[in-house]
Amino acid sequence: MKVSPIERGANYLVLIGFALVVLGPIGVIVTMAFGPKDASAAREGGAFHPENFPEAWEIGRFGQYMLTSVVVATIVVVVSVLASILAGYALGTMRFRGATLVFYVFLLGIMVPTEAFIVPLYFDLRVLGLTNTVWGVALPQIAMSIAFGTYWMRTYFRTSSLALIEAARLDGASSMRILWQVLVPIGRPAILTLVLLVFMWTWNEFLIPLVMSPNGAVRTAPLGLAFFQGQYTQGTALLAAGAVMVALPVVLLYVFLQRHFIKGMIEGAVRE
Amino acid sequence: MSDGTTTVGRSATRRPARSGWVAWAYLAPALLIYGAFLLFPLGRAAQYSLFEWDGLGESTFVGLDNYVEILYDERLREAFWHALVLVFFYAVLPLAIGLVLAALLTRSQVRGLGFFRSVIFLPQVIAMVVVAVTWRQIYAPDGPLNGFLRLIGLDSLTRPWLGDYTFTLPAVGLIGTWVCTGLVTVLLMAGMSRVPRELYEAARLDGSGPVREFFAITLPTVRGEITVALTLTIVAALKTFDLVYVTTSGGPGTSTTVPSYEIYRRAFQLGDVGVATAVGIVLTIIVFAINGVVNMIGDRK
Repeated sequence: MKVSPIERGANYLVLIGFALVVLGPIGVIVTMAFGPKDASAAREGGAFHPENFPEAWEIGRFGQYMLTSVVVATIVVVVSVLASILAGYALGTMRFRGATLVFYVFLLGIMVPTEAFIVPLYFDLRVLGLTNTVWGVALPQIAMSIAFGTYWMRTYFRTSSLALIEAARLDGASSMRILWQVLVPIGRPAILTLVLLVFMWTWNEFLIPLVMSPNGAVRTAPLGLAFFQGQYTQGTALLAAGAVMVALPVVLLYVFLQRHFIKGMIEGAVRE
Repeated sequence: MSDGTTTVGRSATRRPARSGWVAWAYLAPALLIYGAFLLFPLGRAAQYSLFEWDGLGESTFVGLDNYVEILYDERLREAFWHALVLVFFYAVLPLAIGLVLAALLTRSQVRGLGFFRSVIFLPQVIAMVVVAVTWRQIYAPDGPLNGFLRLIGLDSLTRPWLGDYTFTLPAVGLIGTWVCTGLVTVLLMAGMSRVPRELYEAARLDGSGPVREFFAITLPTVRGEITVALTLTIVAALKTFDLVYVTTSGGPGTSTTVPSYEIYRRAFQLGDVGVATAVGIVLTIIVFAINGVVNMIGDRK
């Protein structure tokens, strides 16, 4: 649509203004991360201090926390995506008694706040000896991701061609074969989006690892950062460096695959 | 969901085979984990909320006493009130900004729209802890915000933003605005791009200006997106935990405490598991009620 040059100019101003409001705080933390970590570092000169990163990595024990995060995220992504594909396949392509009820039960899990079930879950897992273990941190997140993942895969399988399934069935393919050799390969974009979202949510999760590992044995990167902030009070450069490192894996993925993130979060939000 | 079985059942040949136990076999792993680690503890929460228990010793059945305490405990009432204030900052403000932004953007073809979309969405993918640590630095007494205020001669406005009884809650809320605005805008842009351009051309020929165009055409078409945006952001506001935990721990005093923070504090620091789970159940009921109400209003044509 044609709009006047003045309006167009005003639009650009608004756009740039908002982009700056969003990028400003990110710029602040990145600048701090590369800044001098204390007065003596400032005196020794130079405005650019990349050495903050290895130092924060060392002092904040981010190596250990990142590794924990990677392990937890891998378990959560693999298990929940596989279970979601299977469950979504059943709900999306098969007819059976109770299908609608099962669907609503999963939908419930998307809306329930973690705060509602984390307290009894902690005490029950403590009895089972699962607190302070990787599984204690991963399993609740797998359950939450399955709720969304099943919903997401069901939507995909419902729109995938039923004719294709029918043809494969006439060829004598078993339902397992149809799933893994026909539907999953053509559903790769939907599955990739799900993998990215589950990875992001797991990597960024705070409450579950905080509660499920009170002694800090399974401390993920965001928790490491929160405790680093509590303990490390001299100067902000190392803290800022830690913050950048914790955010980086997801932000990097986002920069390269932002379409998938936005699509997933928008389409996932619009529940039919 | 209403379209579900009808589309599938439209023609007999496209109907999927009836497959009782096979379907349940595919569902089994998901249902098992989901049931054991989400549904079951949710039921347990309802049970726990009727007992007084310190997490270690004996528990005593107290009926609905824990729920009654929510009404009488000033700190808890305050926490729910703060959550409501956060709803303004997480949901209302982003919606207002998002509507203006998205309307501007869809009306004219500006270049770099894709880039802009990715940029404003960026806060959504950054871990809340990182966001919180970042804004703590920005709000620090000698941080960039106060520095900026001094630079432009507004020294009188400078203050320790996260240590001030009046300003800390809005300061925390604005972080929520920063996080949520992009999501809301992108959602609304997706909705607005559906409006056929001819409609605007026609309105233009009828002599309507941008404002009338917005209220007559744009707003009604994005009703569904507004519903979704409000649901998501209101729920996010009610569930705020990490942001408060990292920036203020509910302080100064009790000026920024929120329900989820109180759940954590009561259950794991004070050993008051019954009240903590009761707050969790109330929070869940509120979340579901808001989902219901917002969707009801959104669906009404």
